[in-house]
Amino acid sequence: MSFPDPTETFRQEARELLEQLEQGLLDLEQNPANDDLINSTFRALHTIKGSGAMFGFTAVANFVHEFETAFDQVRKGQTIATPALIGVALDAKDHIHKLVEQPDTKLAGGDAILEALRAVIDGTNAPAEAEAAPVAAPVAQGAVIALDMPEPAAVIAKAAPAATTTWRIRFRLPSDALVYGTNPLLLLKEITDLGPCVVTALTDTIPTLDVIDPEVPYLGWQIDLTMAEDPHAAIEDVFMFLRDGMELSIEPLTGTEPAVQPVAAPVVEAAPAPVAAAPVATPKPAAAPKATKAKPAPATEAPAAPTDTKAPAASSMRVDAERLDELMDRVGELVIAQARLTQIAASSSDGNLKTIAEELERLSSGLRDTTMGIRMVPIGTLFSRFRRLIHDLSRDLDKDIEFITTGEDTELDKTMIERLADPLVHLIRNSVDHGLESVEKRLAAGKTPKGTVRLSAVYAGAEVAISVSDDGAGLNAERIRAKAEENGIITADTKLTEQELNQLIFAPGFSTASAVTSLSGRGVGMDVVKRTIDGLRGSIDVTTKAGVGSTMTLRLPLTLAIIDGMLVRVGNGRFTIPLSAVEECVELPDGIEGNAKGRNFLDIRGALVPFLRLREVFNTAAPAEPHQKVVIVSSGEGRVGLVVDQIIGNNQTVIKQLSKLHSPIKSFSGATILGDGTVALILDTAHLVGFGQSYVDRNKSEGKAA
Amino acid sequence: MKAFKAGPMKALTLRLQDELFAVEAESVREILDLVPITEVPNAPAFVGGLINVRGRVVPLADLRVMFGMDRPPPDKDTRIVVIEIDIDGEPTIAGILADKVHDVTDIEAASIEEAPRVGMRWRADFVRGIGKRNGGFIIIPDLGRIFETQGARNAPVAASEERLAS
Repeated sequence: MSFPDPTETFRQEARELLEQLEQGLLDLEQNPANDDLINSTFRALHTIKGSGAMFGFTAVANFVHEFETAFDQVRKGQTIATPALIGVALDAKDHIHKLVEQPDTKLAGGDAILEALRAVIDGTNAPAEAEAAPVAAPVAQGAVIALDMPEPAAVIAKAAPAATTTWRIRFRLPSDALVYGTNPLLLLKEITDLGPCVVTALTDTIPTLDVIDPEVPYLGWQIDLTMAEDPHAAIEDVFMFLRDGMELSIEPLTGTEPAVQPVAAPVVEAAPAPVAAAPVATPKPAAAPKATKAKPAPATEAPAAPTDTKAPAASSMRVDAERLDELMDRVGELVIAQARLTQIAASSSDGNLKTIAEELERLSSGLRDTTMGIRMVPIGTLFSRFRRLIHDLSRDLDKDIEFITTGEDTELDKTMIERLADPLVHLIRNSVDHGLESVEKRLAAGKTPKGTVRLSAVYAGAEVAISVSDDGAGLNAERIRAKAEENGIITADTKLTEQELNQLIFAPGFSTASAVTSLSGRGVGMDVVKRTIDGLRGSIDVTTKAGVGSTMTLRLPLTLAIIDGMLVRVGNGRFTIPLSAVEECVELPDGIEGNAKGRNFLDIRGALVPFLRLREVFNTAAPAEPHQKVVIVSSGEGRVGLVVDQIIGNNQTVIKQLSKLHSPIKSFSGATILGDGTVALILDTAHLVGFGQSYVDRNKSEGKAA
Repeated sequence: MKAFKAGPMKALTLRLQDELFAVEAESVREILDLVPITEVPNAPAFVGGLINVRGRVVPLADLRVMFGMDRPPPDKDTRIVVIEIDIDGEPTIAGILADKVHDVTDIEAASIEEAPRVGMRWRADFVRGIGKRNGGFIIIPDLGRIFETQGARNAPVAASEERLAS
């Protein structure tokens, strides 16, 4: 096996940290005074910087360092996290992301972001302008240098009043600091950034060459720093993660003369201070080793710390998604083989064979559940991405939006989650852009100025329903109709139910927006949504109420791989119904046979349920059983009874996709292989229920007409 | 119409009713004895069934439908030829029903002629060419064209399914 590329490891880690950073920033916007949030955000930054430097991503480390310096003001409570600040910080996060992904490209825009960040913090600049600039900055312009930082010292010096003091700082790193990836140069740079200073290396403790350990930092440093305010806090921040095992002393130097003298000056000799400083430093070494032992990894603490805000540290590993798919295929084959064995065992009188077959059935169904469980991912991972989208939309469209998510722990197959990202982006944009009105309009309509967009996920039988709802204006039925007629999608005399009319918005090229904006209006988005959802064998419901809002609900099957099925017989054919969709089975009452068409309804405990005779749907010629059964299946809100000749039993069903030759036949969602090796088709319950419901609707409208 | 490669064409010959057909040997994966066929309700007659080929669900095509032939029930000579074919750019595995499978043979390129525009019982674009062997004719069907036509024809079929059902 090859050793994994360490830079790739860093990138992966950085991606996670950046995501965390983004979440932290967005949380902070809601809750600007939360110290925990500020600190976790700061930790994320710091870790990116540290590991960035460790893996040679100097551009990243340098940029983050600047970012961190600015953000430090927030941490110290000198500045509050205003939305403007968060905005710039998010831009900065994006920039870091680019730097991490393309370390070899020189990226423009970094300086502008930092400038804007400082401006926001100083409160000297109109934040809105500063904010807008960096985003627009072109990505690659050879001229700009990521390494060459603007002189932050100058900025700080500007703020500093004239009266300055010189401070003497001496420090020695813990003996394991280098092992854990600390780069003393970066530390020194941080200190030198605080103000003009002179740095001297303390070489007195370097042992002779034969006993030297290359991983131990023997060097100490002495820095004479000229600064107006007390540097204690600033310096301690520099050593934030090293504080435990290190020696550090900070003493004011007598006299206020500027210490920025030629470097040639032998500082150690010239000032008597070191001697005075030494005693302060000496008590520490005694304590230091102990501390080091007690907490042996001060540096590793940093990467671990940020995770504690979100999830408890669990032992987990990364697995290639392809391997999971492969595993699923294998399990599928195993399930088919097991079904054959079960069938053979059933017709045999060998008790041992029967026992083994039963045992194997139990094991394979356990294995199937576990394998599927591995592939299930909570949808919250997807939802959290949209917070940023809402934040940006809110800014771009100047609409105040409250974003509420529920059901984040609803789990879905990972491939499904990945493919849902795009459609949800389109739906959310649509809600924000078309759905929510402007503040003035909202006030005029007697609503709160703040619009609400809700994203929720719930289990509904064999499906997961994900809905995006807003409390905006709702769909404008007349406009949709007018536009559809204009585009020739329908003719003027086409009769449509409300549901059918709403579905028109998913037609390709359909848009009611009069102008094409950067966000919407081309009529592509909804088409993408429809197609993706169809591809996942899901469906979309639209409900809307003028002036109150609209809800788009995506209904998706839980999994794409293996399901529990109920095997039924219709004529000579055998079909599988997903068991999770089955509500109950009843016998078809005798008298109902004679009823006329259009009156195919069953009375199930007082509720009218339409039923479909699968024999008619499938044009079966074989003679019917005298006692037919009805399997009641549900999908979302609707229910429908499916009349079959015989209910054979339950089986584990490995879903196989139908080829292009058969995919246009909507009654079937796939096929499976039965224990005896024959193929059985899987009924698409959602389609059949929809079909049955249209029956009900038609019946109702006929009833009204009559 | 695709041009034929130089040199002889290696082909599997099979009989459909009283005509001899040749399928490029390269695209043939295996030949199976008759297996249970699952009917797909409302599917077009040409691809009316599904079979299990080593754990895969594979559509079964009956070329006799496309060539307007009689379709007597399978007998002891009936075989299924499993081929690989591109349908709309998607590699697909499909089975073809054959009344009898003969042998793999070389058909000399020189002996292959383009399908005549007139005088044929079948749609000319379904036939890539006609070869000669032992004084008889061998029809080389354009499988890609036949399957793709089927795909295009499927849409109205699916729509009629709805009508039938209601």
